[in-house]
Amino acid sequence: MAVTIIFLAVVGSVIAWWLSRQRLTSKPWLEEGAGEPPAGPGSGGPIPAAKLGLWVFLAVVGSLFALFISAYSMRMHMGDWRPLSLPDLLWVNTGLLIFSSFALHRAVLAARREDGGNLEAALLAGTVSAAGFLIGQILAWRQMAAGGVFLASSPAASFFYLITAVHGLHLAGGLVALTRAGIRVARGGGTERTRLSVELCAVYWHFLLLVWVVLFALLLLTRGGTH
Amino acid sequence: MVDIARGPTDLVPPAEVEDAELYHPKSWITKYVFSQDAKVIAIQYSLTAMAIGLVALVLSWLMRLQLGFPGYFSFISPESYYQFITMHGMIMVIYLLTALFLGGFGNYLIPLMIGARDMVFPYVNMLSYWVYLLAVLVLVASFFAPGGPTGAGWTLYPPQAILSGTPGSGWGIVLMLSSLILFIIGFTMGGLNYVVTVLQGRTRGMTLMRMPLTIWGIFTATVMALLAFPALFVGAVMLLFDRLLGTSFFMPAIVEMGQFLERDGGSPILFQHLFWFFGHPEVYIVALPAFGIVSDLISTHARRNIFGYRMMVWAIVAIGALSFIVWAHHMYVSGMNPYFGFFFATTTLIIAVPTAIKVYNWILTLWRGDIHLTVPMLFALGFVVTFVNGGLTGLFLGNAVVDVPLSDTMFVVAHFHMVMGVAPILVILGAIYHWYPKITGRMLNDALGKFHFWVTFLGAYAIFFPMHYLGLMGVPRRYFELGETISLQESHSLNAFITVVALLVGFAQMVFLFNLGWSLFRGREAGSNPWRATTLEWQTPDTPPRHGNWGKELPVVYRWAYDYSVPGAEQDFLPQNQPSPVRSG
Repeated sequence: MAVTIIFLAVVGSVIAWWLSRQRLTSKPWLEEGAGEPPAGPGSGGPIPAAKLGLWVFLAVVGSLFALFISAYSMRMHMGDWRPLSLPDLLWVNTGLLIFSSFALHRAVLAARREDGGNLEAALLAGTVSAAGFLIGQILAWRQMAAGGVFLASSPAASFFYLITAVHGLHLAGGLVALTRAGIRVARGGGTERTRLSVELCAVYWHFLLLVWVVLFALLLLTRGGTH
Repeated sequence: MVDIARGPTDLVPPAEVEDAELYHPKSWITKYVFSQDAKVIAIQYSLTAMAIGLVALVLSWLMRLQLGFPGYFSFISPESYYQFITMHGMIMVIYLLTALFLGGFGNYLIPLMIGARDMVFPYVNMLSYWVYLLAVLVLVASFFAPGGPTGAGWTLYPPQAILSGTPGSGWGIVLMLSSLILFIIGFTMGGLNYVVTVLQGRTRGMTLMRMPLTIWGIFTATVMALLAFPALFVGAVMLLFDRLLGTSFFMPAIVEMGQFLERDGGSPILFQHLFWFFGHPEVYIVALPAFGIVSDLISTHARRNIFGYRMMVWAIVAIGALSFIVWAHHMYVSGMNPYFGFFFATTTLIIAVPTAIKVYNWILTLWRGDIHLTVPMLFALGFVVTFVNGGLTGLFLGNAVVDVPLSDTMFVVAHFHMVMGVAPILVILGAIYHWYPKITGRMLNDALGKFHFWVTFLGAYAIFFPMHYLGLMGVPRRYFELGETISLQESHSLNAFITVVALLVGFAQMVFLFNLGWSLFRGREAGSNPWRATTLEWQTPDTPPRHGNWGKELPVVYRWAYDYSVPGAEQDFLPQNQPSPVRSG
C-alpha cells in the first residue's frame, strides 16, 4: 500500500496547505461582521466551480489508480510472479497520447486567443489521436492474445488487461466530454463557457497522460524478456 | 460570561443573485421525481435508505430468532442465516448509514447551513440519487435471484466469497459486487457536489471557521469517502473479474471437493488490505457527520456555545487524516507480519486522543448549560454515552494482544454495534427529530418520541451489553448454532433474552415510523425556528424552505453558529445572520 499512502500524502499535503490558509486558528467567537465582499461575481471564489469539481474528481481517479498500482506491486512481490512481455505497439500508443495531450494544450492556447480556426483544428487532432490511442490499446490486447496471453493466463496478464481497461474507460469517458466541447466550438464557440470546457478537457487529458506514463513505466520496469 | 464589547458592525447590503442561475422545475415530475433541488434529493435519499434499512432490520430479527431459539424456526437454514448476516451488515453500513448521513443530511443541510441556494452541480446531484437507487434495486434483486443473495459475510472475503460452497455464490455475489460498484459511482457524483459546494457556495461572511460543526463533519467525511471508496471499488472490480472472467487476483491455487480449480497465484490478503483500506475510514465516514450533528444538537438544546470550537474542528480533521493509517487493525489475525500489528495498534490508540477531546468538549458544553431534555437532546446524550462505551471496548480490541483471543467472538460484534451501529443511529434519530420541523413544518409527537427514545436506548444496552459477556465466555460470532458445547450452555438463556429485547426495540422503530407519517398531517405547527437555533437553515423566509432556499437575497453571516445565552440579547440567542446584538436596556 506504499504507493497509495504516498499518493494520499500528496493529496493530504495539498489539503493541509489549503487549510493552513483558512485561518483555522482564528477565534470565531470573538469576531463579528460580514468580512470582505467576495472577489468575483456571484458568491464563488476565483476558481470556477466546474474546474474545482474536476480537480476533486482527479483526486478520486488518482486514488483509484494508486490503489491499482499498490495492488499490482503487492502481488508482484510474491514468490510466484511471472513477468509479462509487452507488445512494442504500446510505444506508438504512448506517442499518440502525448500528441493528443499536446494538441489539447494548443487548443487551450487557441481558445484563449479566440482563434477559432486553430481551436477547431487542435480539438480535431486531439480527438482523433486519442481515439487512435484507444484503438491502439485494443490492437495491443489482440497482439497479446495472439501470443497466447489472455486475461486469466497469469496474475501479471490479469493486471495488465485490467489496468489498461480502466485507463481506457476513463479516456473514453473523456472523449465524450471532448466531443461535446468540439460540437460546441463548431457551432460557433469563443464564449467563456466553451473556453472553460476546452480547458477542463485539457486538464483531464494531461492527467490521464500522466497516469498512463506512470502505468507504462511501471509495466516496462516489471516486464519480462521478449519471447 | 464574556461581555459583548464588540464594535459596531457595518450593515452589509444583501447580496442579490440573478434568478436565471437557478433551475426551475416545470412540472410535477421535475419537481418531485427528477428533481434537481438538493432538499428533494435529500428526502429521496433518506426515504430510500430507511426503506432498505427496514429490510436490514427485519433480517436482524430473523438472525436473532435463530440465535435465541435455535431449532424452532425451520425456515431459517444455515445458508439463509449467512445470507441474513451478510445483507444485514452490508445494508446497514453502506446503504443505510453512509447514504443517510451524506446523501440525506448532506444534501439537506449543506446548502441551507452555508447559505447557498443549492448544490453547485444540481444535475449531477440528481444523477447521484438515481444511481444510488439503482444500486439499491440491484441489491434487492439479489434476494430474488436463483440461489439468493450472497452469504459471504459483509466483508466478502475471497476465496470463500466466490467458491461454490458459499450460499449465493452464483448470482448473489455478482449482484452484490455490481451494486457496490454502482453505489460508489453514485456516491462520487454526490460527493463532488458536497465538497465543491462547501468550498465555493458559502455565502458572504460564512468563513470556514464559522461553519456549524455539522458541516465540518459532513465535509471531512465526504473528502475521506471520496478517497477511500476507490479501494472498495478496486477490490469489488477485481473480485468480480475473479468470479466472472476466471482471473486469479485473489484466488490462490485451491482444491474444492477434491478437484483442483483452475486458479493459481492469487492473494486473499490483498483483498483484505483493499477492503479495510476502505473499511476503516468508512467507520469515520459514518462517525464524523454524527460527531458534527451531535455537537450542534447539544449546543442548541443546552443553550450553550460549543466548548472548544477550534479544537472540535481540528479534531475532526485529525481523525479524518489518522483514519487512513489504521486499517490493518482489522487484520491482526490474518497472518500478516506481527510488526505491522504493532504499528497499527499504535496508530489506533493515537486516534483515541482527538476522539476523547471531542467527548470532553461535549461534556464541557453541557456543564452548567440550560439543558432542555427535548427528544433530540435525549438522543444526543444517548449517543455520547453509547459512543464512550463503544470507544472503550475499541481500546481493548485495538491492542493486538487483546484482540487475538477476542477476535471472531461476540465481543467484537458487541463493540462495533455499539460504536458504529447504535451510536450513529441514535444521532440519525435525534437529527430527524431536530430537523423534521424544518423539513415538514410540523413537530414530531413528543410523547411518542420519548417512548421511542427510552425503548431504543435502554433496549440497545440490554441487547449489546450482555453480548460483550457472551464474547468473553467464548461464544463465536457467525455461528448458525452453538450445539452441545458444554462451556457455552450458559449462553442460551442470555441469547434468548437478547432476542426478545431485539424484537421489542424493532417494535419501537415502527412507532417511530408511525410518528413520521402521523405528524406529517397532525403534528403541531412548528413555526420557522422551534428550537431557537442560530444556524442559517432556521432563518429561511419559508418553512419548509422553497426551491432556492432564500428569498430574493442570500443571507449574510455576521457571527459563528453558537451564540447562545447571550446576555442582553432580545432572545437568548443570536442567529448567524443577525448583524449586532439588540440590547434591551
